Amino acid sequence: MPLLTYRDALNQALREEMHRDDRVFLMGEEVAVYQGAYKVSKGLLQEFGEMRVVDTPITELGFAGVGVGAAMVGLRPIIEFMTWNFAVLALDQVLNSAAKLFYMSGGQFNIPIVFRGPNGAALQLSAQHSQAFESWLAHIPGLKVVTPGTPYDAKGLLKSAIRDDNPVCFLEGEMLYNTKGEVPEEEYLIPLGQADLKREGDQCSIITNGKMALVAMQAADQLAKDGIHVDVVDLRTVRPMDVAAIKASVEKTNRAVVLEEGWEICGIGTQVVDYIQRECFDSLDAPVVRVHQADTPMPYAKNLERAAKPDVPKTIAAVRKVMYLD
Amino acid sequence: MATKVFMEALSPTMEEGRLVKWLKNEGDAVKSGDTLAEVETDKAIMELVARGDGVLRKRLLGEGETGPVGKLIGVIATAGENIDALVAEAASAASAASAASGAGPAAQVVAKAPDAAGAPSVPRASAEAQGGASPPPPTTVAAAPPPPQAAPPAPPAAPAPGGVGGNGGQVRSSPLARRLASERGLDLSRLQGSGPGGRIIKRDIESAAAAPAAAYAPAPPRAAAAGDFEDIPLTQIRKTIAKRLAESIGPIPTFYLTAEFDLSRVSEMRAAMLEMGDEFKVSINDVLMKAVATALAQHPEVNVHWLGDRIRHHNRVHLGMAVATADGLIVPVIFDADRKRMSEISREARALATLARERKLKPEQYTGSTFSISNLGMFGIEQFTAIINPPETGILAIGAAQDVAVPHGDGYVTRKRLKVTMSCDHRAVDGAVGAAFLQTLRRLIENPLMLVY
Repeated sequence: MPLLTYRDALNQALREEMHRDDRVFLMGEEVAVYQGAYKVSKGLLQEFGEMRVVDTPITELGFAGVGVGAAMVGLRPIIEFMTWNFAVLALDQVLNSAAKLFYMSGGQFNIPIVFRGPNGAALQLSAQHSQAFESWLAHIPGLKVVTPGTPYDAKGLLKSAIRDDNPVCFLEGEMLYNTKGEVPEEEYLIPLGQADLKREGDQCSIITNGKMALVAMQAADQLAKDGIHVDVVDLRTVRPMDVAAIKASVEKTNRAVVLEEGWEICGIGTQVVDYIQRECFDSLDAPVVRVHQADTPMPYAKNLERAAKPDVPKTIAAVRKVMYLD
Repeated sequence: MATKVFMEALSPTMEEGRLVKWLKNEGDAVKSGDTLAEVETDKAIMELVARGDGVLRKRLLGEGETGPVGKLIGVIATAGENIDALVAEAASAASAASAASGAGPAAQVVAKAPDAAGAPSVPRASAEAQGGASPPPPTTVAAAPPPPQAAPPAPPAAPAPGGVGGNGGQVRSSPLARRLASERGLDLSRLQGSGPGGRIIKRDIESAAAAPAAAYAPAPPRAAAAGDFEDIPLTQIRKTIAKRLAESIGPIPTFYLTAEFDLSRVSEMRAAMLEMGDEFKVSINDVLMKAVATALAQHPEVNVHWLGDRIRHHNRVHLGMAVATADGLIVPVIFDADRKRMSEISREARALATLARERKLKPEQYTGSTFSISNLGMFGIEQFTAIINPPETGILAIGAAQDVAVPHGDGYVTRKRLKVTMSCDHRAVDGAVGAAFLQTLRRLIENPLMLVY
């Protein structure tokens, strides 16, 4: 199976879906001539022309609204935000238009749109450009929220997101674009709302999503050296969330750590823990522990940024804690 | 500022505590949190910790003595501080308490709690010591709240060194551990938790379940059984029953329950067994012993010892059988009689009786019974009462099987019947409990096939 970068996997998904359906088009800042701020749209302008790969001014609210309007009249827009930090400017279109129109029009308008872009912290981009937004978006009824952590998942999930008839927020990992993974040559789709058991163990479950799946896998590798074998449940889609997968894993291991990139309060982990206590109460042998970003704006200083981010050592410490090893 | 050391409520149900051992001497420096003494509660021996810093100046309760919760039992103060007033307060409280036992109309005492079961009274500290502002309250106000100066709010219970205590006496356990324990019939209160704060977790259940069967055998029908016995602390009602009834008939307040059992089916069974060969012959007494042991297993509340301050529930049934010898009465024991087959009981009973008559019984063969039977049927005694052999709380006196005319349709038929009389120690066994046991025994004897069920 070919090894592909996360970036190229996304590029393949865009290309394949644009070939498959000529209603699909890509719009955003620097997506055409510059080939994308992270080169995800490389070669697409040449291949599909400027009617379907459209550069916009720095006007997030405006082009997000154009996308919603295009979706209302039957096109299938993909709106690229240079990062989700900038998409904050467009939230009115995302939450109030895209997420609500199907409901408020009594089902007359479905909005088959994908909002995509990098999410979360990279390196030393400071407080305003290092935020993980999946919990904000997952809060909204009417949106689906997808956070692929590997090239394989990125491709299969983006294709499903483009084919979905509802607004999908597709949150990519800025630090993941260069990561490589196996991606099949033949076409495949990954259904939205389906978690992936990325590693099997029986002593503890690490439940995670997005970029943190990579952190979870690294933590699991190190834990295995100490004879601690954990399940890594990558939610992949955080809304809708795969409760059955969470349940199956926790019922097997009786212990869980929830690892997420964002902040603690009202984060994705709170929802996961809620499902666990409701669905798995009688299977729990220890309180669930969460690993998340420190409850502070992301510091710029390298050492402080490192201290604020969830990482492998913190994840290992959490696993050992729920296993009563420390 | 001196810190008073009180007898603390170290278990949720503790009303009084026995000071087992002081761990600090008078004059020792103590810090808040230091263990001052070991105190035996109604449940366990717990640590009493200091609630202030200083020097343990005075110990007001001797080792081995018992004091009610709230009693001033020591004083922590700085080395030079005058603590005479506090010591005097303790002394006058003690005299008030002894005055209360007279229960005269002027006794300055209010009970801390409803006193129906003899709960220890909390003495009101002498009015003089507090300035004498209020007149003596009316006597015997059972439910009145304790005066604040006499009954300080009980400090929080000290954390217990196991899974019990600290948390309102609740056993801390994970939800999974609770589910597994319930599935496996394990009693969480018997387990030591290895999780944080003594929390019982899955691995504790698994190790308990994997322990030798004797240590933790969920032997039906006694599903909760663990070990050979379980000590049940006396409840207040139990204490009152014990005290009052022993005053009436003492020292063992015995009562008697007589029942008559139909032996038709036992006779049929014995006849059928005999037809199969002499080796299958069993006596009525063998059947009765098997039935009594089986019934005891189903009525653990009768299979108990009275130990004065607690009742020991035995999880194994060791049946004593009174044997008359030339020297006098001796009671050899059939151990684990409920788990033995009738043929084993029969063989063992005969062997023990022979050894008894030959004076060859070893001490371990005639001690340890949890319940006894005495049979004078062979002497033609129709019915009699047997005397309880303490600390046992019951003995079954078995009379002779007799042909009795019983009403049948319009006329009478002759049936073989047997009278038994159970002597019960009312301190531990109530009438209804004994009666329920006899009811089970009747079902077994009148339907002996139940003995193989």
